[in-house]
Amino acid sequence: MNEIVPAHNIGDYVPLVDGPEKVSGRAKYTADIIAPGMLAGRILRSPYSHAEILEVDIADAAKLPGVKAIVTGADCHKGFGVLPIARTEYPLARDRVRYCGEPVAAVAAIDEATAKEALRRIKLKVRELPAYHSARAAMAPDAVDLHPHRAKNIERDVFFELGDVAAGFAAADLVREGTYNCAEVCQNQMEMHAALADYDAVRDRITVHASTQVPYYVHLMLSQILDMDMSRIRVIKPHVGGGFGCRTETLNVELIAALLARKAGGHVRMVVNREETFITHRGRPETDIKLKIGMRKDGHITAVECECIMRGGAHSGYGIVTILYAGSMLYAIYDLHNVKYIGKRVLTNTPPCGAFRGHGTVDIRFAFESLLDDMTIALAIDPFAVRRANLLNAPTFTDNDLMVNSYGLPECLDWVEQESGWQTRKGKLPKTNGVSKGLGMACSHYISGASKPVNWTGEPHATVKLKLDFDGSIALLTGAADIGQGSSTVLVQSVAEVLGLNLSRIRIITGDSDVVPKDNGSYSSRVTFMVGNAAIDAAQNLKAVLVAAAARKLEANPGEIECLGELYRAGAQDKGLTFNEVVTEALKDTGTLTVTGIYSTIPASHGGKKYRGAAIGGTMGYSYSAQVVEVSVDEETGVVTVDKVWVAHDCGKALNRLAVEGQVQGSVWMGMGQAMSEEAAYHNGLMLTANMLDYRVPTIQDSPPIEVGIVESVDPHGPFGAKEAGEGSLAAFLPALTNAVADATGLRFNDLPVTPDRVFAAIERRARGRKTNGGA
Amino acid sequence: MTRILQVTLNGRARSDAISDNVLLLDYLREIVGLTGTKTGCDGGECGACTVLVDDQPRLSCLTLAATVEGRSVDTVESLAADGPLSAVQRGFHEKLGSQCGYCTPGFIMASAGLLRRNPRPSEDDIRAALGSNICRCTGYVKIIEAVMHAAELHAAGLTP
Repeated sequence: MNEIVPAHNIGDYVPLVDGPEKVSGRAKYTADIIAPGMLAGRILRSPYSHAEILEVDIADAAKLPGVKAIVTGADCHKGFGVLPIARTEYPLARDRVRYCGEPVAAVAAIDEATAKEALRRIKLKVRELPAYHSARAAMAPDAVDLHPHRAKNIERDVFFELGDVAAGFAAADLVREGTYNCAEVCQNQMEMHAALADYDAVRDRITVHASTQVPYYVHLMLSQILDMDMSRIRVIKPHVGGGFGCRTETLNVELIAALLARKAGGHVRMVVNREETFITHRGRPETDIKLKIGMRKDGHITAVECECIMRGGAHSGYGIVTILYAGSMLYAIYDLHNVKYIGKRVLTNTPPCGAFRGHGTVDIRFAFESLLDDMTIALAIDPFAVRRANLLNAPTFTDNDLMVNSYGLPECLDWVEQESGWQTRKGKLPKTNGVSKGLGMACSHYISGASKPVNWTGEPHATVKLKLDFDGSIALLTGAADIGQGSSTVLVQSVAEVLGLNLSRIRIITGDSDVVPKDNGSYSSRVTFMVGNAAIDAAQNLKAVLVAAAARKLEANPGEIECLGELYRAGAQDKGLTFNEVVTEALKDTGTLTVTGIYSTIPASHGGKKYRGAAIGGTMGYSYSAQVVEVSVDEETGVVTVDKVWVAHDCGKALNRLAVEGQVQGSVWMGMGQAMSEEAAYHNGLMLTANMLDYRVPTIQDSPPIEVGIVESVDPHGPFGAKEAGEGSLAAFLPALTNAVADATGLRFNDLPVTPDRVFAAIERRARGRKTNGGA
Repeated sequence: MTRILQVTLNGRARSDAISDNVLLLDYLREIVGLTGTKTGCDGGECGACTVLVDDQPRLSCLTLAATVEGRSVDTVESLAADGPLSAVQRGFHEKLGSQCGYCTPGFIMASAGLLRRNPRPSEDDIRAALGSNICRCTGYVKIIEAVMHAAELHAAGLTP
């Protein structure tokens, strides 16, 4: 007899549930939705870095036949922004423009050509103001304030000192300092920004399709900007072509499309080109770090002092949170005490930065792991030994009250050390034909969602609904935004696992505010942890309903019912009921079954109160990463080639091994881009790198094999033990790379990106220095 | 100026009225309505718009539609001739060569073009053939695995 067994999928290699649509070209992204009668929307952008707006003259543009609506700052009465405490950006600049490229006007016309011609006819009159393109310039005592409510262009000042820093340094055998600069970088996700806004003038309702990671935030800000009740707004999120944080806040694009649609009384399609997508930005700010570490001979860290200045761009955005993460996340990876942190988030006349994968933890981790490496060389100890001398003892709370329950860093270190052959190969790699090889290692970590949500409503952190009806298929309804990371797949897997069913029984519906429950969004790697737990809760609730129905039909107690997925039976000898028969019975009570699952974080995970902003960094579980990078440096040309990367990532439990590997590889590679070739450059505030030749992301020819080791520390709170897998491995690559280059060449690079011209210049400088000293 | 474009698109002959200056990319997406081919950049920099013209990969954003007069053009919608997914499509789906999916049609057409002319590519062949396609999600590791897997499926009889 064929024994029916529950289906299992957790830990398998699971292709994405929406993969077939993507590979067949059927997946619709926002710009793919093209309907007849759509108006073309285009934005006029400021050519000035900083200026008072005297007049935006739209009269000539309005006369152009085919122009249906024009909006300017005069149509924007309220500001928007992702943090409730910082909503001072206008969709179209009002009174002042603060960065080159800032939207000042927008047109909806019958076609692109007409819209472009209309923009040409808009006349902008301004009084230019002094512009500040560096954090230092913006902080100068005589600098003009960009925003009246932010004196001296400081968006946020952060300070904390925990433990006894002076005593810590006094107790050190070695104290070293380093100064680091990380260039500003952009997400450069493959899908350019786009929004469709359809205003129904009969019902005074608006539907917006947005390429967003956060439909809920878009919904809130549409209501704010349109001054329209939320109940009249519908937000739809189609397939989204990557995010990495560039769309983890409402963008001016979405709001402008909506303003145009309402004014025109119609349907506006706003497709933003690549240059404009770069300028919309919300990437990682340029960061200057001064770091001092005290260390004992055995590698134990005794004190840390860190100053961090971020060039944040013209508007607040996530700025306050970014500068707080840089300080708080010094903790929760090593056993640190005696830490002093000074952070400054500075407003400048450049496009606003945002939350780029890894958020404020990345650049600081580059500095920290680089300085550690410097010190391990000085003390002649092994870098792995240094990490092992500073491990946390989980479960624990850090000095800044961050909760750590599962900690797979030791296993991550073991794996990469072993797989890379570190102990036998380090220091013994050949130098041939002017090419020096080196090995470098580093660690990093990240949160699985911020425990305290950005918009504190008192609701559960995540809600999932399941619907089961006569057809026997389960609809999983969630607001969780799949942006390519595979969240939809993981949620389907979770429900299927609890119910013992094949994935094919479950269909996921997301991305329509009329239909699915609200979700906070895809950012800070919260979805697997928070929404996964809510999905498990929902599935357990559904299972209880089905078990009760089966018990009734089989005239048994619910406690006697065995759920085998496609079969429910009262004991091993019972013939039992098929899944469909159980469903038929269960429908008799209420008709269509709908159950809810929820999840909320626990207060202990909410971070601390020891300093203003100390809640930032608090999470239910941290992922951990250790990496070894092998490089070849051609000392004749300065070209650095990454030959191979070994990365071990503690994700608690790999729900989908395929997706975990893919995300870890993608994040490591993204770190490589930041470390080696990416830089947002400006000339007097004009972005020079607003295209994909000048902004250089690595091609397939530049990209190394990346071996992934999955470490499973099984978090007690995570869904099936899972923690995040999408962000934690990015940061470690940066210092692992420069540590490898230092190993290969003896040259330490504290400024990113490490481009061939910089390497070459450093090699030349050293050679000249040697010649001056009579050679060596 | 308007002209009539005659082209064999995805295996079927078509005649469409187009203007002289319309890009092949916009012809496909907005006139024919095949939105599988994507716009990823402001011209020639990312490969997302890759289609096959007479089996050769071409950037449709740098190609005037008028210049493919009389040719055969294949987009991602043309694959899967003998099954729900072609060898390359299955490769990308089963090996996670596709995450957000936006670069995927371009990679798939470039890979299909590769397998049509070289059914047994080495890893170096794959890197060379895909050197002008940018992906921001995968780090390319699983894209290479996807094309290798597609080559195996193709060797077993599935059309690229």
